[in-house]
Amino acid sequence: MSDADLQNRLAAIWRIESPRLIAHLTRVTRDVGRAEDLAADAFVSALAQWPDEGIPRNPGAWLMAIAKRRAIDHLRRDTKLVEKTALLARELSAGGAEPDFTHAIEEIDDDVLRLMFVACHPVLSPEARVALTLKLLGGLTTAGIARAYLTAEPTIAQRIVRAKRTLSDANVPFEVPSGPERLRRVASILEAVYLIFNEGYAATAGDDVLRPELVDDALRLGRMLAALLPSDSEVYGLVALMEIQASRIPARVGPDGEPILLLDQDRATWDQLQIRRGLDALDRAERLGALGSYGLQAAIAACHARANTAEQTDWRRIADLYGELARIVPSPIVELNRGVAVGMADGPAAGLEIIDRLVREPALAAYHLLPSVRGDLLLKLRRYPEARTEFARAYELARNTRDKEFLLKRLDECRGPAVRG
Amino acid sequence: MKFVIFTKADKDYEAGVLPTWEAIEKMGPFNEQLHKDGVLLACEGLRPSSKGTRLRLDEGRTTITDGPFTESKELIAGFWIIEAKSREEVVERFAGAPFDKPTTLEIREFFQPEDFAGIVTPEQQARHDKVTLDDLKVAPPM
Repeated sequence: MSDADLQNRLAAIWRIESPRLIAHLTRVTRDVGRAEDLAADAFVSALAQWPDEGIPRNPGAWLMAIAKRRAIDHLRRDTKLVEKTALLARELSAGGAEPDFTHAIEEIDDDVLRLMFVACHPVLSPEARVALTLKLLGGLTTAGIARAYLTAEPTIAQRIVRAKRTLSDANVPFEVPSGPERLRRVASILEAVYLIFNEGYAATAGDDVLRPELVDDALRLGRMLAALLPSDSEVYGLVALMEIQASRIPARVGPDGEPILLLDQDRATWDQLQIRRGLDALDRAERLGALGSYGLQAAIAACHARANTAEQTDWRRIADLYGELARIVPSPIVELNRGVAVGMADGPAAGLEIIDRLVREPALAAYHLLPSVRGDLLLKLRRYPEARTEFARAYELARNTRDKEFLLKRLDECRGPAVRG
Repeated sequence: MKFVIFTKADKDYEAGVLPTWEAIEKMGPFNEQLHKDGVLLACEGLRPSSKGTRLRLDEGRTTITDGPFTESKELIAGFWIIEAKSREEVVERFAGAPFDKPTTLEIREFFQPEDFAGIVTPEQQARHDKVTLDDLKVAPPM
């Protein structure tokens, strides 16, 4: 085996094994940073030994055994950690003379779940949670995260170091929270996963509209979480939302890299396997309880996924779902979306009634889609001069060239039939 | 990236011999781990080719042949669809798959949209020229 082959295989093994390895070592050492170092050291040993000895049949167990032995040595040497050593000694004596390296699978699953709660602890900023989650649970390298986020590697490295210090300073326990705390903590994980997804799905940095690798990472983390928390409706709601949105990736970008909007997409290119997975997850979310904000957004996405053509879209149901969403997470953006859906379901006048109430909303004052949507409804009602004013305003507020081009075309439509003839 | 992993048929399989209870039992935790790692999109076993049909399409002429496809050297017996970072990752995951007899697995990559970057259909071009109202983004978060 060449060095390059071995490196590639090791990178793959790291990606597969490191989350479980780090999770279990965190339980042993009660320190995420130390656990990560020990896992990395074990891989360095592998790199030294495997070229001669060959890759063991169960690389995960091999790495775990090496890392755990090291952990014990470290703890014994570290006089400041007397308590932890005592804890470990108790674990060892309970388990016999030698530590048992074949762990119950459930035990490792628990550790991975605990690690997720730690990496997404609300004491961390959303960016820190995202970086730490990708690193510890996604099996990404610091360089890989930096590449995905078009950021310099030292920036990400520093963010991760600081995050680990924050966790250590805050004495964040390695546990699955319970009671009312649990809900808040699950929400914190879901937020981090959806942030990763959105950075891939609606890239905010760089020239690409999409960064599919981050979409895949987020989906993988979401599915992992769903397997670990199988009775949480919102976890399945988020998975459903991500699967259905991701199903449209092949249709979302045109030949020149420009975005193609939902109603104009070629539905034949939507990924039907992913849609089916999304609908299954939504079904599960519904059976587990009332849909939360992710579940409702998934249900809206599902209305589009179920329509074979844009004309078949069930706008009535979408309007109702936005209504429910507005009750759970009231926001002018949700209301704007509801206005669009009602406009499609009940006609432009009904939509306009909702949109008109948003005109004085400060949060939307600089948002070009408000006048753009209002202009569209006015145009449908043949109120041409008013529509023109709205599109002109939207044109002023729009920042990117494609939006501006689109609004110029709309402005052109506002001349009305009399002038056009 | 998506991958499909095919299992190849052998004589027993084509003869309709079902896997033993022990063989199924051994495969359970393997699939369970793929599921828990969030990489398993689908996995299915197929009935032997005696239940299959082949269509041969040739310039408007269609020939229909029912199975078994005895003349074929390699037949597919089942598949997994996996989402993974690299082919190496798939190799590592499947290198230890607990089959109870000699088995050939074949790993294949899905096409990616960029593979077709040079091919633009007239429909795509038409859509490209037409832009309409955005698929609005909903909070939270963003």
